[in-house]
Amino acid sequence: MTTPQVQEAKASQRKAVVNDFSMTVATMNGSGSQTSNVTLLRALFKMGIPVSGKNLFPSNIQGLPTWYTIRVSKDGYLARRETHEVVVAMNPDTFVADLASVAPGGAFFYGDHLKFEINRDDISVHSFPAKLLAKESGAPANLRDYVANMAYVGVLAHMLDIDMDKIREALEYHFDGKEKPIALNMGVIDAAFAWSTANLKKTDPYRVEPMDKTSGFIMADGNTAGALGAIFGGVQFVAWYPITPASSFAEAISQNISAFRDKEGQDGKTYAIVQAEDELAAIGMTVGAGWSGLRSVTSTSGPGISLMTEFAGLAYYAEIPVVVWDVQRVGPSTGLPTRTSQGDILSTHFLGHGDTQQILMIPGSAQECFEFGWRSFDISERMQTPVFVMSDLDLGMNQWMTKPFEYPEQPMDRGKILWEKDLEALKEPWMRYKDVDGDGVPYRTAPGNRAPQSAWFARGTGHDESAKYSERADHWEANMDRLVRKYETASQYVPGPVLQTRAGAKIGVIAYGSADPAILEAGDYLAADGLATDYLRLRAVPFTDEVRDFIASHDKTYVVEMNRDGQMHKLLLLEYPEMAAKLSSLVKYDGLPLSALWVKESLQAEEQK
Amino acid sequence: MPNIQLNLVGLSKNDYRGAQTTLCAGCGHNSISNQIIAAAYELNIVPEDVIKLSGIGCSSKSPAYFLNRSFGFNSLHGRMPSVATGAMFGDHTLRALAVSGDGDTTNIGMGQFKHIMRRNAPMVYIVENNGVYGLTKGQFSATAEMGLRLKYQGVNHYFPVDVVQEAMASGATFVARSFAGDANQVKALIKAGLSHNGLAIIDIISPCVTFNNNDDSRHSYGWGREHQEPLHDFTYVPREQEIQLGEFPEGTTRQVEMHDGSTIVLKKLDRDYDPTSRAAAMRVIEESQNEEVLLTGLIYVDTERPSLTDIYELPQGRALNRMTDAELRPGKDMIEKANAMMF
Ligand SMILES: Cc1ncc(C[n+]2csc(CCOP(=O)(O)OP(=O)(O)O)c2C)c(N)n1
Ligand code: SF4
Repeated sequence: MTTPQVQEAKASQRKAVVNDFSMTVATMNGSGSQTSNVTLLRALFKMGIPVSGKNLFPSNIQGLPTWYTIRVSKDGYLARRETHEVVVAMNPDTFVADLASVAPGGAFFYGDHLKFEINRDDISVHSFPAKLLAKESGAPANLRDYVANMAYVGVLAHMLDIDMDKIREALEYHFDGKEKPIALNMGVIDAAFAWSTANLKKTDPYRVEPMDKTSGFIMADGNTAGALGAIFGGVQFVAWYPITPASSFAEAISQNISAFRDKEGQDGKTYAIVQAEDELAAIGMTVGAGWSGLRSVTSTSGPGISLMTEFAGLAYYAEIPVVVWDVQRVGPSTGLPTRTSQGDILSTHFLGHGDTQQILMIPGSAQECFEFGWRSFDISERMQTPVFVMSDLDLGMNQWMTKPFEYPEQPMDRGKILWEKDLEALKEPWMRYKDVDGDGVPYRTAPGNRAPQSAWFARGTGHDESAKYSERADHWEANMDRLVRKYETASQYVPGPVLQTRAGAKIGVIAYGSADPAILEAGDYLAADGLATDYLRLRAVPFTDEVRDFIASHDKTYVVEMNRDGQMHKLLLLEYPEMAAKLSSLVKYDGLPLSALWVKESLQAEEQK
Repeated sequence: MPNIQLNLVGLSKNDYRGAQTTLCAGCGHNSISNQIIAAAYELNIVPEDVIKLSGIGCSSKSPAYFLNRSFGFNSLHGRMPSVATGAMFGDHTLRALAVSGDGDTTNIGMGQFKHIMRRNAPMVYIVENNGVYGLTKGQFSATAEMGLRLKYQGVNHYFPVDVVQEAMASGATFVARSFAGDANQVKALIKAGLSHNGLAIIDIISPCVTFNNNDDSRHSYGWGREHQEPLHDFTYVPREQEIQLGEFPEGTTRQVEMHDGSTIVLKKLDRDYDPTSRAAAMRVIEESQNEEVLLTGLIYVDTERPSLTDIYELPQGRALNRMTDAELRPGKDMIEKANAMMF
């Protein structure tokens, strides 16, 4: 449990380093390397070794460089690590940089079709005949290019001691048990394994060994997890427009919903999914569906969020439940479309014009994506307002080792919706925007309710308690004040923060979302260096009292996040101005997942100031 | 007690009314609201079975002025079609009736307009077409004719958008045009549209009384008009008569003088015109353009194409928004399946 350190010793003097390194494969986008990479990741996971995989891919379809990094960590750390101890180079365009990126003492593997000078003697270097191995495996000529990447799987299996049975298991999962592709790919892996057994001599210290630290976990990406969560949440309507990194959320609902929801004897579907013409239409449709009483969700990323602004304001003001799943990427504008970020916090919280306060839910793991997939419906219907689930590219698109999904035990919370019988039972006449319970949340009805007086007219213009058009100043103010009351009520329903404490800690750290693993890991390093920190992981805006208490009870609290302007820090300052002096901002906004080393070093540097 | 006539569902015409209109007296939009009321009454539609939707504009305010007992949504400028699309899934046994303006539909909303036609959402979509932006006081809309001059805008240099042609090009399954002052035809088309399973586009030329706020508005107005410019406040707009056409037989042509003194020529389709032929529809539209007349009537109808909600295999006669938790949430055993799907 020490900070990763650069290995200075000569190869021959080094002890084996087991289950604790980071390996990176450099390929070309579109070359089919994803199958190889997830196969490696999954095989290691099945060996019981904690792993995380991060795909650093370009915004194009074919030809540009892409890197896949697998962190192997006996300690269970899942954050990105700054160093690469094992590097595989398959892309001529990045060869020189890839070679330079290997940590001293590490191992470098490359396809022998790449003809470059090797200018390092502080690392182990091996080439292997990827194309030849694909040929010798018996793969048909037209498929050889696709499976050539499997060669590095075989080479690494031999050189790192990865269990071949687990590799097969991973392939079986990947190809859904289809023997033909499994055999084809396994053929290349076997050939490469045999070839490296005969030809390569291990001189680096990095290897793996089975352990038992992954049982009770699954591997999942946040988008699929969120989609399944929505299905278990009873999603009824989805409208969406494709955008990286959010597309796979809606696609996963489409692909899976029928397997979970279509039942024997049912006379029709319980859901509808529409691919809209753009984000304006996507949110418009979900708002229409939310108004008509459906559990309705759209998914998008920053550029789409911007386009959804006007509707978000309308839904906030007309009080229409709708869930927007935001998988954040780097902006402004097209920015770095395939890099991760937490940059939509402020814009989304205030999405709309005039006075808007939107509810944000921020999952920090794939399991939580599942949970927020259904809980977001409960909260949006309970509060009759949009709920934005703030995921990000790293969480949404990468494979995460995570706790299994848990069945939502509590019944679905449909909030204060009245049907014919409910209206009949009322003593007072129903009024759409009347604060009957003093919690700011009024009662609503939905189209199709045939009770007399159930109909109301949704509008973005000023209205009185009975939803009638009104420009009266007192009506406007009373309504806006009720919306504030409602927002305050929301803090009882949103998920509270997660706390990790250490004895004697005077320093606090606040972070959220996919920053979580780096903060957890950095906390250990800081503690080992003698600085105890407590950690509060935010899971929602509005903040709950625990957040105030946390800041109040620490001498100083660092808000660590992945955007330039310290957006959550700013929100906390707005909420707790009296504690402003206690709050500091630590930001990283390079588009890469956060690393523990950076968190540790930047925090220490601040503390030494 | 006055003798109140009830229709087959036991409702009086009053049951189909809405709030008092706040549109200018004489606005064509009011005439259309009246025909919506009459059509729904005569078709014995239960108002609770209708949802009404609109965008933003004078025209889009009008759903507040009819069918009080229906759920309504006055949404965003140009984005009513998407709201309607989503809303239709809540209870697909309801009928949808939407009102938009020419600005709302053919300017900011052109994209959504085209897509709702593509999707053939089961809805009556009325475009109250006055060639200008009413609510923002008289700018050009995309349907304004080329060469039209407006006081603050100058001359319109652009070729107009023709709602009917756009509808045909987008594969709409019911395409009609009428004139707000032709009450009988407007009502007949709304009734036909309400009976159509698919998107019924009804482009209704609907004169705007503030259209007169321009340079060539000198002739044919009451003297008061000339003394009240700039017409920046609706309270200054003098009461105009709604333009009413009276009897207007099929196959004939009629010149109509608008509030600004300009004229349009309406031509009603022949009685034996076959609206189920797409080729014929395209031809008569082309001809009417060449003749510089506005063709009215049911121009095209396709009763075969399934509507948006048809293709979603929704339960028969049962609304999605009435589904129970048990129908929506997978059983507890299913969580294992979800986890097993992961690695
Ligand atoms: C996003 C947005 N942009 C601009 C406006 C201002 N606006 C309100 S109504 C309108 C034009 C309406 O014209 P039309 O649809 O022709 O309806 P009319 O008032 O003529 O019936 C405009 C531009 C708005 N409400 N929203
Ligand atoms: S401004 Fe024109 S469109 Fe608007 S209400 Fe007045 S007459 Fe009708």
